[in-house]
Amino acid sequence: MNDLDAEDRLRFEQLVLPHADAAFNLARWLLRKREDAEEVAQEALLRACRFFRGFHGGDARAWLLQIVRNTCYTWLEKKRPMELSVEFDEELHLQTCPTPETIAIAGDDRERLSRALETLPPRFREILVLRELEGCSYKEIAAITSIPIGTVMSSLSRALRQLYSVLTNSYHKEAVREV
Amino acid sequence: MRCDFADSLLQGYFDGELSAPSAAEFERHLQHCVHCPVELVDLDLLRERLQLAQLYEAAPASLRKKIHADLRPTAPTTAMSQPLLWHWLAAAAVLLLLAIAGWRVSPVLRTDDYQAELAEEIVDAHVHSLQPGHLTGISSSDEQAVKGWFKGRLTFALPARDFANDGFALEGGRLDVVEGRSVAVLVYARPGHLISVFIWPTRERDTSPRIGSRQGYQWIDWRKGKIEFCAVSEAPTSDLLQLQWLFTK
Repeated sequence: MNDLDAEDRLRFEQLVLPHADAAFNLARWLLRKREDAEEVAQEALLRACRFFRGFHGGDARAWLLQIVRNTCYTWLEKKRPMELSVEFDEELHLQTCPTPETIAIAGDDRERLSRALETLPPRFREILVLRELEGCSYKEIAAITSIPIGTVMSSLSRALRQLYSVLTNSYHKEAVREV
Repeated sequence: MRCDFADSLLQGYFDGELSAPSAAEFERHLQHCVHCPVELVDLDLLRERLQLAQLYEAAPASLRKKIHADLRPTAPTTAMSQPLLWHWLAAAAVLLLLAIAGWRVSPVLRTDDYQAELAEEIVDAHVHSLQPGHLTGISSSDEQAVKGWFKGRLTFALPARDFANDGFALEGGRLDVVEGRSVAVLVYARPGHLISVFIWPTRERDTSPRIGSRQGYQWIDWRKGKIEFCAVSEAPTSDLLQLQWLFTK
């Protein structure tokens, strides 16, 4: 893979590698497992390096995250296609999403939030991760996910509402248990 | 119960992503809607929870190591030392003039992602180095011995200098990994504190020192002659500035 010359490699190290955390974080939440995320993030970074000559300035983080995202979806398609077959449909998902026991058992809020996030379909998860954890603007999210900017707003809104409802359901369940 | 505005504008308003006219329109709506203000508060609470939970997961060191290995499959050579040394000397001369002309410090905490991430990683590396047995790759106050230890391990000429006479005794050096690549670290002792100076080659222009702090550690970062320096310590910022001055004088 190391077909970059020294200068390009240095540029790559300075422009792209600082976003290795962002790459790993997105992969971790899309794939839900740290080991898988590490493998796929590494693959994505290698891809980024291979195609670095095609990068002509601009937002290096958005560029890298686009590659990470595509690599993650390709990986999911190959290894866990079931996860992608979840319709991008709130109503349907609300009935089928596996909220129950796991979330109620979870003790602290980090655990609770993290499990709730993991029950959302990947497309919701990614938009929440990009906005809430990575702090991307709508414009950046649109660039990374290749969806129109208007759709970013409505998807984000739906994703947050769904997260909220998963969290609220789990609270209700806990309340019932405690009674 | 949601109103139409909640579907079309509320999220964008909450994220500050609406155009001015749309934001004004939504604000007019807010004055007489009973649902939207509640939903804004809910969103705010949820966002705060998400932030407090610190869900962000940074890349593990093993990933950085792998990428580093992928990028530099062969051992680094010293071929670049000579030109870089000349760059360094030329820039040092320029900086000396600048220093005489009056050297300025920008006491600005750098806020862009790159710098914040960098400082974070460097502070962590420094803290990690304070654990027993991790302190130095070479433990010596002899400039030549330290340079000798780094020789063949770096692709640039390391300005390893002892400032014992000025109160900053060279303790030794080690290699560390920052942003997935090897950097040199020189360790200096101050009464009660150790200072790590992270040093690596850069292509960026020289900069005057920038300072910042994180979790009780101070850091100062400057670039000089295609080399970037970042000193970090629990010692007061004034000590770091003094050390920076010793390096550039």
